[in-house]
Amino acid sequence: MKHNFFKKLMVIGFAAGTLVSCSKKLDLTPTNGTTAAIVYSTPLGYTQAMAKVYGSFALTGNTGPAGNGDVQGIDEGTSDFYRLYWKAQELSTDEAVVAWGDPGIQDFHKMNWTSDNPMLKGLYYRSYYQITLCNDFINQASDANLSSRGISGADADKIKKFRAEARFLRAYQYAVLMDLFGPVPMATEKDPLGSFLPPQAKRSEVFSYVESELKAIEAELVDAKANEYGRADKAAAWSLLSRIYLNAAVYTGTPKYTEAATYAKKVIDAGYTLVANYPWLMRADNDLNTNEFIFSIRYDGLKTQGYGGTTFLCHASLGGSQNAGDYGLDFAWGGIRTTKNLPALFPDVTGAKDKRAQFYTSGQSLDINDLTSFKDGYAITKFINKTRAGANGTNQTFVDIDMPLFRLGEVYLNYAEAVLRGSTVGDKATAITYINNLRVRAYGNTTGNVADIDLNFILDERARELYWEGFRRTDLVRFGKFVESSYLWPWKGGVKDGTSVGDFRKLFPIPSSDVSSNVNLKQNPGY
Amino acid sequence: MNIKRLLFVFATAMLAFVMPALAQDKVVTGKVTDSKDGTPLVGATVLVKGTTIGMSTDATGSFSFKVPASATTLVISSVSYTAKEVAIGTGSLSVQLDQANAALNEVVVIGYGSARKKDLTGSVVSISAKDFNKGAITTPEQLIAGKAAGVQITSNGGAPGAGSTIRIRGGASLNASNDPLIVVDGVPLSNNGISGQANPLSLINPNDIENFTILKDASATAIYGARGSNGVILITTKKGAKGTPKFTFSSQLAIQTPTKQVDVMSADQFKALVNKNGNAAQIALLGTANTNWQDQIYQTAIGTDNNFGVSGAIKNIPYRVSLGYLNQDGILKSGNLERTSLAINLSPKFFNDHLSVNLSVLGTSSKSKFANEGAIGAAVTFDPTKPVTSGNNRFGGYWEWLDPTSISGLKGLSPKNPVGILLQNDNRSKVQRSVGSAQIDYKLHFLPDLHVKMNASYDISHSEGTVKVTDSAASSYKRFQDAANVYKSGVSNNYKQDVSNTFLQLYLNYVKNFKSIDSRLDIMGGYEYNNYLTTNYNYADYSSDGTKRPNSDPNFAFDKPENTILSWFGRMNFTIQDKYIITATFRRDGSSRFSPSNRWGNFPSGAFAWKMKQEDFLKDVDVISDLKFRIGYGITGQQDGIGNYDYITNYFKSETTAQYPFGNTFYQMYRPAGYYANRKWEQTASFNVALDYGLFNNRVTGSIEYYNRKTTDLLNLITQPAGTNFSNQIVANVGDMENKGVEFSLNATPVRNKNLVWDFGFNITYNQNTITKLTISEDPNYPGNLYGGISGGTGNSILINSVGFPRGSFYAYQQVYDKAGNPIDNLFADRNRDGLVSDKDLYRYKNPDPKVFLGLNSNITYNKWNAGFVMRAHLDNYLYNNVASSTGTIRNVLNPLNFLSNGSTDVLATNFSGNGSQYYLSDYYIQNASFLRMDNIYVGYNFGKIFHDKANLRLGANVQNAFVITKYKGTDPEINGGIDNNFYPRPRTYALSLNLDF
Repeated sequence: MKHNFFKKLMVIGFAAGTLVSCSKKLDLTPTNGTTAAIVYSTPLGYTQAMAKVYGSFALTGNTGPAGNGDVQGIDEGTSDFYRLYWKAQELSTDEAVVAWGDPGIQDFHKMNWTSDNPMLKGLYYRSYYQITLCNDFINQASDANLSSRGISGADADKIKKFRAEARFLRAYQYAVLMDLFGPVPMATEKDPLGSFLPPQAKRSEVFSYVESELKAIEAELVDAKANEYGRADKAAAWSLLSRIYLNAAVYTGTPKYTEAATYAKKVIDAGYTLVANYPWLMRADNDLNTNEFIFSIRYDGLKTQGYGGTTFLCHASLGGSQNAGDYGLDFAWGGIRTTKNLPALFPDVTGAKDKRAQFYTSGQSLDINDLTSFKDGYAITKFINKTRAGANGTNQTFVDIDMPLFRLGEVYLNYAEAVLRGSTVGDKATAITYINNLRVRAYGNTTGNVADIDLNFILDERARELYWEGFRRTDLVRFGKFVESSYLWPWKGGVKDGTSVGDFRKLFPIPSSDVSSNVNLKQNPGY
Repeated sequence: MNIKRLLFVFATAMLAFVMPALAQDKVVTGKVTDSKDGTPLVGATVLVKGTTIGMSTDATGSFSFKVPASATTLVISSVSYTAKEVAIGTGSLSVQLDQANAALNEVVVIGYGSARKKDLTGSVVSISAKDFNKGAITTPEQLIAGKAAGVQITSNGGAPGAGSTIRIRGGASLNASNDPLIVVDGVPLSNNGISGQANPLSLINPNDIENFTILKDASATAIYGARGSNGVILITTKKGAKGTPKFTFSSQLAIQTPTKQVDVMSADQFKALVNKNGNAAQIALLGTANTNWQDQIYQTAIGTDNNFGVSGAIKNIPYRVSLGYLNQDGILKSGNLERTSLAINLSPKFFNDHLSVNLSVLGTSSKSKFANEGAIGAAVTFDPTKPVTSGNNRFGGYWEWLDPTSISGLKGLSPKNPVGILLQNDNRSKVQRSVGSAQIDYKLHFLPDLHVKMNASYDISHSEGTVKVTDSAASSYKRFQDAANVYKSGVSNNYKQDVSNTFLQLYLNYVKNFKSIDSRLDIMGGYEYNNYLTTNYNYADYSSDGTKRPNSDPNFAFDKPENTILSWFGRMNFTIQDKYIITATFRRDGSSRFSPSNRWGNFPSGAFAWKMKQEDFLKDVDVISDLKFRIGYGITGQQDGIGNYDYITNYFKSETTAQYPFGNTFYQMYRPAGYYANRKWEQTASFNVALDYGLFNNRVTGSIEYYNRKTTDLLNLITQPAGTNFSNQIVANVGDMENKGVEFSLNATPVRNKNLVWDFGFNITYNQNTITKLTISEDPNYPGNLYGGISGGTGNSILINSVGFPRGSFYAYQQVYDKAGNPIDNLFADRNRDGLVSDKDLYRYKNPDPKVFLGLNSNITYNKWNAGFVMRAHLDNYLYNNVASSTGTIRNVLNPLNFLSNGSTDVLATNFSGNGSQYYLSDYYIQNASFLRMDNIYVGYNFGKIFHDKANLRLGANVQNAFVITKYKGTDPEINGGIDNNFYPRPRTYALSLNLDF
């Protein structure tokens, strides 16, 4: 009897074991994660996914300020798009030097970067990260997906606007990659995610792609100035077209100045006006500047926290004898300053005449003996985490200043340069009017107005108006002054008085990590 | 005690009562001792040959009982001793039993069963309690440090209860786990940490452990399939034994003292440096005090460890119950670990021993107070000319760098007072853990050769902790603004975690002797289910007055990471003529971490052993007492240390501090996670060939082994082609790696006589690791995967995995030296001769893993005294001295942010400016960390019988971490991971112990 009982028990035990062996036990899903099917089942889900597409500009991950980053293999705080883009565009020029010893950071100003540079790697992968998000969103927002998920009417229309904006953001990132790295791998929404090796497009092919995308979405985008603040509209696409056409000769060998002027004019005619006071451009409440800002990256001290963007620009530009509290900050990071070339462009460094001269000189030397000493080189006070009225931003660590990627000031200058370079559209007189608009704002009156302009003046005026806004490297390349000996600045090429460097440095190298993961890629010459 | 006395009285009375009836019987008395050291053998069985008449020896090893007049021979046996027959003569018998030396008859646990040690075909090392390291040992793995070839056990620091990094034959993986599987009484523990516990293994009381078995080669570990690649450690806890209750009591007092401090500048040296190199403003920052900050944060720490155990049998049910209490302070002030443990084991048998049941429960409650280890680095860098206290009440009275213009009143990014960091921080946890198992072994009545075995077990824990920082502490002063824009200080946060892992094993074991062909077959096969489920609770962030930081509410109240493994497994052992042994194993594992198409993996192994001593040509060679040749091959897998759900894309909502606005509305973002649909098992194919030898009547025993392990489809954090995934790096199956090595071990007893026994053990391991493939496309310009972040700059890494080099080579600039041999500031070799020193000039220089490591131990027993030592050595291992590189520069001392910092005296030798970034990666800082460490020196005295022969008392004293011989310039040459930065120093421990058995 007892024997039978135990036999039975054993049989039951084994049966139980066989039951749990059911392979379904191996199908586990994360508690707090969710699948694409769930996220994209509601209009709100689309909006939140689109927030990530935009938010990957301003935020470095899913936890502000850091802790759950998007881009791997680089310090998360450093992995911010604008922080890295700024370093590539500004530290490599006469406009900026940095005191720090982060790996690869000094290479920019010394112009000896390599294909292993961690900052370039971070920037490259950050751009592609946003592109991948765009591709995914565009797929999820396809007409077929919307209808199969039962989203229609106003909801579907809104998502279709998002879809066009995702294509704009992707075009923007490809334009950035084209400018920095030249020929780059192309992945679009048509390519499968995962096991796929994107082919490398020639620089001119990237140009054509960006151009065609921007033109294709022009009709779909919300009208200029009609979208919610922080989202792209038609004027954003026109501004980007104007920018890439202005540099088309660099990218493709074929100038497109007429197109540059045409699209600049479309923006100008859309009704934008300059903000009254130049220093207001980069203040904690610069989200008020919608009359001038065409498209901005948005930051918020409490809800959009990161160590990049304007938080980086504010803290890093502070040091020496400056009091952090005067700038609405908790403390200084003591990093970035400028070379003597930039102050030399202004009639005086105090800003008494041209208010755009925002330098801090007390205890700072004009000359730079030591790149790693914050006191060598004037500090810049363009970015201040206080409102127009002088009140602190919402947080002293994470600043509220938005970063305009496109603003009217640039578009005026694009127009003027395109005209001077031979656009068949537009005229010099209008160009001078636009330039004087900028100068009236800068001087507070007409005393700074100019009667005539030439290309050299444009380059200098772009520095005065747009310095530290991420334009300088592109401008110097276009003007043939980036690598050449015709224009030098302190420590260019790693030499105190400056020296020319190899022509190949007009392009950055494709990160070696991608060359080793994608057999389709060929490294840029010289690297 | 009372029960025992009662029993004694009862037995005596019974004896007196039956005496007349057995008048013609005679009484035999005697004593059983160990032939080696003369220690009395407690609980040895003494039987009249051919009968069941007999008894167990008492606490003094003595026996005395009546035997029939006809009895002539006694059989005396004891576990792990060779049984002996002695003639019954007149007078007291003195019986010396030989330890089954070479322990060849020892039965070794091998996973899903056991085997006689002499029948093993794989590489298996068994270490039992008598060979454990002695002294103040709070965590189990330290019991066997240095005892086995091929097994490297390195403690992670000197904090109370700190864990260890265990590597068996160098580990087999790059980015997946390299930790061995640890199985306690059949319960496969999770590799994941338990929050609030420095080391999950420390929740097992070392005093409850009977035996460690280490499975090293694939033929032994393949039965653990997907988790066998890094070796397996089987821990068996103590069990009860039939007989009168035996009590053990041990008590230990440990005194830990700090040893070497980081070599930083004295106040005078510091002043001289500042005066020489600083500007007027910086010189003005100097103070007048003379503070050794390291003296301020370290202390002599006291610890006690008391254990009480009882084992015996109630109504034929053997039991063991033990209770332990450990209380250990840390040498870093304010740290403490308090552990109460209870272990219960019942091992009854039913139905004429057809059904064996083993019930085991380990329960632990541990309270930790974690000292803030940030103080270690702060004490290195804090200005020695400043006093500990400022003389006023601000910041708790501690001296801090002040800046009246800043919001907090503190200088931005300035270091904080180390004593304040330590004493104003209160991080406590309470962890309860229980590991329990019910093992049933049923020998079928109709087919007794067939055993049905079942093991149902669990491993659960509950952790709770609080982190509190007082509101006056500088480290978190005015750290956020509340909703009303009022600044809040201090911290008052909670954490909580539940772990609930469950296991079920069912298997059949069939053993059959085929007398006709002189062979033995042992077959086992079964099924297993393992489920690992953790619940992590999330909390908002609060200031010390309980104000919630705005936007700090977590998205989710908890998260429940889970993974499951299902397995089928089998093993066959076939022994022919006790000469040839063939083992084959097979396991099929399914893991929830992989997509359905890649989920299942097969892991086979085969091994062959040839007991050469049994052959005629060796039978008469007396010098060789044992010789066995073993060869084995197997494939094992690896799936630990990777994400649980990465084969599909999951979307995760961002936290409230990471929202993005459209217009005036902020949205939490949905982020798709990176995924890798094709991820599968990492596989290691291992080959092992070995010779086990015994010489001079097994006075000398040991093994020599060669192994070669090739890991393919490495779970490797690789870069994804840009534009193709939601993460630019993901763990994929790309890459190959090879480990090969030689192990040699020798255990000898050079002297063995009545008064003096000298035992000696030695093991040496040579291991070579090479990465043979790393990327999908082979690009000669791609240096490899960087990792090993260091302190200094942002984002600097010093280690690299590169093809053709060992895992984790240092990747550095080659320092240029002047004629006098001093390094020249910021001058590095242009190795590729392209005219500039760039990251293309970085080269691979040395690596942190020792090429050779050794263990050496010796024990001498002289009458009642015993003494010995355990030493370990690592050769040709290097460390990156991050303390010197991040603090040994002028720039570190004269910080551009207007404060002064102390640093390594290295700055006095190099005068490095600290400008630029390349110097962090100078090979100057990569230093030879070969060492010889005296782990343990001990002496003991065995009082023998005391308290009227009722008890046995042993006293011992030992010194752990007695000294280290090394050329390395930092505090300790033995640091896991190869980067020496703010290492919690290992203390020197003086321990006194008392053991009482009764």
